[in-house]
Amino acid sequence: MSLEKRSRIAEYLIEKGLIRLSGYAAVLVLLLILFFIMREGLPFFGVYNAGDFLFKTDWYPLSGRYGMLPLLTGSVMVTVLSLVVAVPMAIGTAIFISELAPARVRGIFKVLLEILASIPSVVFGFLGIIFLGPWVQKTFGLQTGLNAFSAGILLAFMALPTIASVADEALQAVPRSLREASLALGASRIQTIFRITFPAASSGVIAGVMLGIGRAIGETMTVMMVAGGSAQVTMNPMAPVRTMTGTIAAEMGEVVMGDDHYRALFMIGLLLFVITLGVNTLSGIIIERIRRGQGGQKS
Amino acid sequence: MMTRKIRLSDGIGYAFVYAMTAAAFIPLIAFLVYVLAKGIGRVNWEFLSSASSSMESGGIFAPLFGTLVLTLLSLLVAVPISLLAAVYLSEYARKDRWFRIIELTIVNLAGVPSVVYGLFGLGLFVIFFGLGKSLIAGALTMACMSLPLLVTVFYQALKAVPLTLREASLALGASKLSTTFRIVVPTALPGIFTGVILATARIAGETAPVLFTVAAYYMPNLPQSLSDQSMLLSYHLYVISTQNTGVKDEQKFAVTLILVLLVLVVNLVAIGLRSRARKKIGNLG
Repeated sequence: MSLEKRSRIAEYLIEKGLIRLSGYAAVLVLLLILFFIMREGLPFFGVYNAGDFLFKTDWYPLSGRYGMLPLLTGSVMVTVLSLVVAVPMAIGTAIFISELAPARVRGIFKVLLEILASIPSVVFGFLGIIFLGPWVQKTFGLQTGLNAFSAGILLAFMALPTIASVADEALQAVPRSLREASLALGASRIQTIFRITFPAASSGVIAGVMLGIGRAIGETMTVMMVAGGSAQVTMNPMAPVRTMTGTIAAEMGEVVMGDDHYRALFMIGLLLFVITLGVNTLSGIIIERIRRGQGGQKS
Repeated sequence: MMTRKIRLSDGIGYAFVYAMTAAAFIPLIAFLVYVLAKGIGRVNWEFLSSASSSMESGGIFAPLFGTLVLTLLSLLVAVPISLLAAVYLSEYARKDRWFRIIELTIVNLAGVPSVVYGLFGLGLFVIFFGLGKSLIAGALTMACMSLPLLVTVFYQALKAVPLTLREASLALGASKLSTTFRIVVPTALPGIFTGVILATARIAGETAPVLFTVAAYYMPNLPQSLSDQSMLLSYHLYVISTQNTGVKDEQKFAVTLILVLLVLVVNLVAIGLRSRARKKIGNLG
């Protein structure tokens, strides 16, 4: 009797303690990330003007000037370039695997997408340095092929699996009846895809693109190796740029722990964290809506 | 006339879809083949098993060893917590507001840039816990990073276990806890294993989180304890492809090949396991 009672108590403790606590581990980690990045970064604003940090364009840590606008524009630039390349490819791929390919081919391409997603970012960086950079330099007659354009192209291939698989999911969620109705009215397969199925899935595609933005803006090694690393505000895609992620990764090794430069890098990290959090939350909400909407349509 | 116009637009549509798909995958396949061709000549047993006497020559045993140890350590920390978290979400949690918050947190955690995990690891493990730049600090950082992936895959695996199994076990008088760990988790094991393997590939390939937490530029010896720094395969590739170390291209391709192969093989195993797990669960239902 008492043995049973004791094992009951043990079970209760495990269930209410260990399992429940672990359930909240993710929340804990997120809060810890926020806390420790602020802990190391926020004192920066005690010694440096927040407005200067965000809006000035001179990033010269060695002379104590921390205007991070060029890093922000650098990140935005490579992200936009990567989307321009990735979105058409991802939409084409998603339509192919969801609407046109036979089941077996679909399976193969989904595996290929996963392989593409699994290639380490440092490998993309290596690829940029050894092929793409020299090629871009020669083709466009530039001083250096390591620039925003090259980084954007590589990032496109890294964002592509994310966008394509979310878009594929959205296309799959479009009710069969819509396609059948369109085909029955005499529309061709392609007309049905572009006029009916794809528009019906468009919010999912947008969610995928937003996840792709989050992926591209947070990508570190590839842009550090390939984007060229010059902190300047420019609209020229062929110019070398420096991103927020690349700056953190490249400079953290050289700073003295606890000095202004060190804290400034943590503040960049905080900004990055907030941006990706915003983008991901928004796409999460859209995806959630689609799943719910889909449930409604089926019943 | 009318039909002709439609056919033309159909042609454009097909052309778009096929051209874009080709543009997405041909570079991937070409790249894999090229790396294989360029790197395979340098890869042999000695290359893998001998520690390098200097950066330019010799084998890659030191970074390979570091990557394997780091990956194993990270999993050792992350897998038990993630499994319990997934058990909570699938077996215990009510689908209330807190559940939604946890779900949203996991999605967001998965989207946090890897370099931010690096900063976090530096702030918490290296500095606050005073672990220094070490294997253990790096492993804890990587464990946090792989948490969202692991919980998501584990959760889906547990969810896929048919309700009837749980009911049968409970009807026979088993408690909820023993039903969970004797019936549900073992049934979901292939799916759980898939998650572990996917995380392995992710951890082995990541670079940014280890930059400030564990990675060493060059070490003449293997790490002797968990509080030592270590060379890592991914960071090693970064170093030899960006710094002027006098390393030959062939060696770079060989390192790339090993890294890509490692991640690729591990991923393919995971994909294979997953499709088998799905079939098996399908039969149970």
